[in-house]
Amino acid sequence: MKLSVSHITRYNFDIPVRRLIQSHRLVPSRCANQRVITWEVNMLQATRGAAFRDGAGDWTETVSVQGPLDAFEIEVTGEVETTDYAGILKDHREKVPPSAYLTPTARTWPSQPLREAAEETLSALEGKPTLEKAHALSTVTAERVEYMPGETEHYTTAAEAFDLGKGVCQDQTHVLIALAQLSGIPARYVTGYLFSASEDHMSEASHAWAELYVEDLGWVGFDASNGVCPDDRYIRLGSGYDAQDASPIRGMVTGGGGERLDVRVKVREGGVEGQQQQ
Amino acid sequence: MTQTFNEMIDGGSVRAAYQSLEKWQNEMPADLRQMKQSEAEALFRRVGITFAVYGEGGDPERLIPFDMFPRVFTADEWRKLDRGIRQRAAALNAFLADVYDQREIIRAGRIPEHLVTHNEAFERAVVGIRPPRNVWSHIVGIDLVRTGPDQFYVLEDNCRTPSGVSYMLQNREIMMRMFPHLFVENRIAPVDGYADALRHTLASVAPKKCDGEPNVVILTPGHFNSAYYEHSFLADLMGVELVEGQDLFVDGDFCWMRTTEGPKKVDVIYRRIDDAFLDPLCFRADSMLGVPGLMNVYRSGGVTICSAPGAGVADDKAIYTFVPEMIRFYLGEAPILENVPTWQCAIPDQCKYVLENLGDLVVKEVHGSGGYGMLVGPKADKSQIEAFRAKIEEKPWNYIAQPTLSLSACPTFVEEGVAPRHVDLRPYCLVGDKIELVPGGLTRVALNEGSLVVNSSQGGGVKDTWVLAE
Repeated sequence: MKLSVSHITRYNFDIPVRRLIQSHRLVPSRCANQRVITWEVNMLQATRGAAFRDGAGDWTETVSVQGPLDAFEIEVTGEVETTDYAGILKDHREKVPPSAYLTPTARTWPSQPLREAAEETLSALEGKPTLEKAHALSTVTAERVEYMPGETEHYTTAAEAFDLGKGVCQDQTHVLIALAQLSGIPARYVTGYLFSASEDHMSEASHAWAELYVEDLGWVGFDASNGVCPDDRYIRLGSGYDAQDASPIRGMVTGGGGERLDVRVKVREGGVEGQQQQ
Repeated sequence: MTQTFNEMIDGGSVRAAYQSLEKWQNEMPADLRQMKQSEAEALFRRVGITFAVYGEGGDPERLIPFDMFPRVFTADEWRKLDRGIRQRAAALNAFLADVYDQREIIRAGRIPEHLVTHNEAFERAVVGIRPPRNVWSHIVGIDLVRTGPDQFYVLEDNCRTPSGVSYMLQNREIMMRMFPHLFVENRIAPVDGYADALRHTLASVAPKKCDGEPNVVILTPGHFNSAYYEHSFLADLMGVELVEGQDLFVDGDFCWMRTTEGPKKVDVIYRRIDDAFLDPLCFRADSMLGVPGLMNVYRSGGVTICSAPGAGVADDKAIYTFVPEMIRFYLGEAPILENVPTWQCAIPDQCKYVLENLGDLVVKEVHGSGGYGMLVGPKADKSQIEAFRAKIEEKPWNYIAQPTLSLSACPTFVEEGVAPRHVDLRPYCLVGDKIELVPGGLTRVALNEGSLVVNSSQGGGVKDTWVLAE
């Protein structure tokens, strides 16, 4: 499927900042699931440098701007041809061993209720293949944490979202990571884009899901929010231990204040030319 | 517990290394000794060398007690230590280079994978990078204890930022000022080359992108840190800038230092802050001590960070058990220095043994340091032992245990004159374009009679450490 992406991130500062620095992972992963036709990350006035592909395969770039700055905008546009591999991350080159993703962070730390949920789910699946366990954990996540925007914050942990029983894709992904790690399955946080044909309330064009490591298959994506494994509607950007670690944009400003963030993401089927004709 | 080895007196006679000091001690009148002792304290106070003690209330900044009686190694004794320490530093670096790359030692089944990768000190962010000269731990502090004339054990390795080297240098400086004649009568190998050697080591690992004389800085968390004195002392001795996170910034491919003449590129950072605080864009987002973007510059080869982020995975107390294996695997050599036999509470059989023998063992936290959170079985009462038993049963993987070693004792000035007190040793090995070790180290002494805990936070003091020239 050919998908085109337009992703604009705009920061407005009520009090101009002296300096801004960011680390970006805004370029699609290199894997058989997706082929970049065109991709551009544009910013006015920024110094770009310190770019590299990290051990997890993500392209990372550093961006800084000397202020005073009252607004900053990042515009990502591109076209990607995607292929459905039933959620399996295919031909993705990386050097980080899967076992490194068994260590929880503060955001994916296992609480007693999470521990019990993992045990309960697995008790019926003893001796079953990892893939089956992974599907079961993903299903349990969706059942126990209802998709409901506005109930959680960006710093909400897996344990908190699980107790609350509500959250967005970030929370569901954190919960699934915690449940998987408790089951001895390496799991990580993945960011990307999702194309949705309908105006389904479950879809967020800027999306997150989990990848669980299954022997013989490698990393397999699980989108608990939508109850599926990522297919050709998904574009993968990068991964990490949790939402903060995987964040496509991590930044800091010096001075100033009153930051207001405006993010607009559109994912359409077809090429950029197709869009312009609409 | 076996007989304590006394480094000065063996079987009634004075050992060769201490011949001249024995005479010096006998001829020193008590009043002169007291005068010298207060002089030493005044000198330490003047240079401002203090350390911080936590958890005891009162002023946490205090002087570390200095004992004037030097600890002495003969050239022969040192030769073996020197070879063993270099060997260990080389193996630890080879291990770090391997676990962040091909993980051959794990593939070969010589170290369990989970101990390495499922470890809080393992940094995903540095997998696949290759620091200059593939050196990861540039300053390796190796803690040694002695139990007999030829018997040394490595107690632990410190691959991150081992502290205390300023004491090694200051103890010597002060001894030379107070007792100059001792340094004329004895041929003592100098330690004052350390600062030059450190500077050379750091400059030798400048990134490829650096053309010209590398700009080396020391990055400190600030004056409230317990080792701040050491940071500023080393910066002074090396003639490099001492900076805090806010003095540095990232722009483009490099890290820069703010100066009155404008930004100056930084090539090598000897950091004295923990990984977690280095860069809020890579690690802890709330860190105010680090430099945002620094890890990206490091990972793209614009700056060298010493020690390398992630180096802590080699000095974990659970990994420690495997260092002899690393030496055999990477260097194809037999280990020159021995490890203390260690039981891993994470392994059920070994944990069982530990729980059955708590009264005879020393139990430590896997990630603990500074003598905090440990149990010295033979010195503990029943309630302390039971409290520890509960802790081990709750989190077995968090503990290791070792036999109570009979640490050697060195003559030490005490209230009643001179008496043996238990000691350990931390030499500082430098790894860059070559492996360098100044002859000496920091001797820590347990000043309380019978105590085996030498940590400054637990009533320990320091001594000048001599290596006699050939």
